[in-house]
Amino acid sequence: MDLEFSDSEKRFRDDARAWLEANVPRTPLKSGDSREGFAEHVVWEKKLHAARWSVVSWPAKYGGRDASLVEWLIFEEEYYRSGAPIRVTQNGIFLLAPTIFEFGTEEQKERILPAMSSAERLWAQAWSEPEAGSDLASVRSHAERVEGGWKVYGQKTWTTRGAFCDGIYGLFRTDPNSERHKGLTYLLVDLNQPGVTVRPVERIDGDESFAEVFLDGAFVPDANVLGGVNQGWKVAMSTTSSERGLSLRSPGRFMKAADRLVDLYQRRPDPGLRDRVTRAWMDAQLYRLYTFQTVTRMIEGGEIGADSSLNKIFWSEMDIRLTETALELLGPDAELLGGSPHAVDDGDWMLDFEFALAGPIYAGTNEVQRNIVAGRVLDLPR
Amino acid sequence: MRFSFTEEQRQMRDALRSSLTESCPSGRVRAAWKTPDAALRTELAEQGILAINLPEDAGGLGLGAQDWVLLAEELGLVAAPVNLIETLATNPTLAAIGALDLASQVGTGAEYVALEEPGGYALDADKAAGILAVRDGRVGWLRDATLVAQTSVDGTRRPFKVDGRFEAVDADATELLDRAALAAAAELVGLSRRMLDLAVEYSKSRRQFGKPIGSFQAVQHHLVDALQRIAFAAPAVYRAAWSVDTNHPNRSVHVSMAKVYASEAALFTGRKALQVHGAIGYTFEYDLHMWMKRAWTLSSAWGDVRHHTDRVGQFVMSGGQDA
Ligand SMILES: Cc1cc2nc3c(=O)[nH]c(=O)nc-3n(C[C@H](O)[C@H](O)[C@H](O)COP(=O)(O)OP(=O)(O)OC[C@H]3O[C@@H](n4cnc5c(N)ncnc54)[C@H](O)[C@@H]3O)c2cc1C
Repeated sequence: MDLEFSDSEKRFRDDARAWLEANVPRTPLKSGDSREGFAEHVVWEKKLHAARWSVVSWPAKYGGRDASLVEWLIFEEEYYRSGAPIRVTQNGIFLLAPTIFEFGTEEQKERILPAMSSAERLWAQAWSEPEAGSDLASVRSHAERVEGGWKVYGQKTWTTRGAFCDGIYGLFRTDPNSERHKGLTYLLVDLNQPGVTVRPVERIDGDESFAEVFLDGAFVPDANVLGGVNQGWKVAMSTTSSERGLSLRSPGRFMKAADRLVDLYQRRPDPGLRDRVTRAWMDAQLYRLYTFQTVTRMIEGGEIGADSSLNKIFWSEMDIRLTETALELLGPDAELLGGSPHAVDDGDWMLDFEFALAGPIYAGTNEVQRNIVAGRVLDLPR
Repeated sequence: MRFSFTEEQRQMRDALRSSLTESCPSGRVRAAWKTPDAALRTELAEQGILAINLPEDAGGLGLGAQDWVLLAEELGLVAAPVNLIETLATNPTLAAIGALDLASQVGTGAEYVALEEPGGYALDADKAAGILAVRDGRVGWLRDATLVAQTSVDGTRRPFKVDGRFEAVDADATELLDRAALAAAAELVGLSRRMLDLAVEYSKSRRQFGKPIGSFQAVQHHLVDALQRIAFAAPAVYRAAWSVDTNHPNRSVHVSMAKVYASEAALFTGRKALQVHGAIGYTFEYDLHMWMKRAWTLSSAWGDVRHHTDRVGQFVMSGGQDA
């Protein structure tokens, strides 16, 4: 066991910290989940890319630094620590890209990845449909074979930032005679074309971050089939464990949140809540330890596997405990939104709390995660 | 950065597991409720475990917490009726104060040194060659001690209220108590793992409404929640072992985190395991209660959740950083 960082890892941290300190916008950007704020965030993403900090773990030829997993975690810690803007590229660089690395052709990698790391093209995930939530295999959207590709039909929903992004990825039934997990294909669909209607939907926090995507004959060239026709389920599932287990919510995010909570406590101490603030800090540290253990296992040739679902349960529930504690510390000020003369920390805690509440729902609900662990880790009967 | 055990450390763990599976079935734990199991100390001594963290000039293996933490976990797994925590904690203290003869006797199992749990009790103090205690932040021997026997809810434990003439020695009290808390945390992880195993196995075999109860989602989620707590407590315990060995500046914070999460995992898992078992789990004859009771005692000994949360709180609130 060696829990120290190596000299080169420390240098990597220093470099990241120095660049971020010099470049993170001094005044916070508008919400990345609003149209105006999204545009500001894209500008920031381009700046990150220009300095080659947008996708540190990717190969240099696609805009990365060939950083190790540990370095990636270090970067994330520094990123959040610096108070840098949220990553509106996230659903591309962390969720689509790993699938492209695993299943994409050379042509797809060369065409899609550089434009993703440079934030020229932004991607949204389109799994959910009105009738297919947790039960993703019941998707109804389908694709019809045409010359050179496919025409897609159907409706996707809850597509985060779908109203602002350039493309979506999701599952479409390509074999009309198939059922459930069979006969689905993973397609990348350009949103800027006829046959696509995108309608923004407000979330509880007031941002128009959700979108409904209506597809009526939009064209998907063969080059945008990821991983083979009718292979979509396998392709889509392959990266879900790394998403839940690692990439979606790195420890740095919660360490920063915990530090902010401690800072809030110090400004508004309430001995009755001290243990809960301490617990939030410990939880974030614990999540970091768990992640380092996972990363070591991967470096030593192991896999993330179904216990990544435990991870997802942990971070999402920890986030709620943390933000609830902040609201309790704020007491009557908790309800004040940004812009209110007396709002504390510009009302951010309420927004953080609202977003934390979504954690047990998205990326596979926590009930579904518990089902997965029950079946695959504990081997319980169905 | 490498957060995993070495091949040798895992092999030692596996070796102990196979020997305990043979030698320490639950019947032996049950028997120790009636008659203290003196033989188990000797058996562990024969495998070098009582001397694992003694220096070589006291006949020891000269190894550290990273080498013994998995072994303590194994003892928890079988709820071994033996006070290993005291020995793992006091061994380096005996070496530090130059009590090498006594230390080597402890290593062979011939002698036992008791350690008073701060504010609490010393186990098997009547059989001890000496009783170490921490008073006002100092380590010392309790000489000419008076012992008042108590009865623990865990029938394998024989606690004594001890008092005596305090003879301070030159040893670090926090280090001593950190080792004890770490060893207890490791045992708690082992106890939790076995309680979960018992419940999982039971849920696969017990049938109601024509199905195994393990197919009911409410039952499944109880078990998953226990697993999640255990899975997260373990790295806290392993990290603390590294911090003890490297004398990390935040060692005590790390030990406290280990003890908090391990205690909670064990209490939680015990409750869930009992619920999944129904009434059979509530009987004296079924094994579960022996694990639960050990978990109750070890979660409050060597600093309970409140104590250790408070210790971390002092660190965090005074601006401590741990990245
Ligand atoms: C903030 C946010 C962002 C999102 N972003 C995206 C996105 O970008 N792209 C996208 O495709 N989707 C997105 N989603 C949607 C998300 O993936 C779905 O909400 C999720 O998969 C659950 O589906 P559902 O909402 O239809 O709920 P349902 O599946 O209808 O579930 C309702 C309730 O029933 C429970 N339930 C369902 N099945 C079971 C079962 N088998 N066992 C036990 N309980 C069960 C669920 O756990 C839940 O509590 C987002 C959601 C949120 C909240």
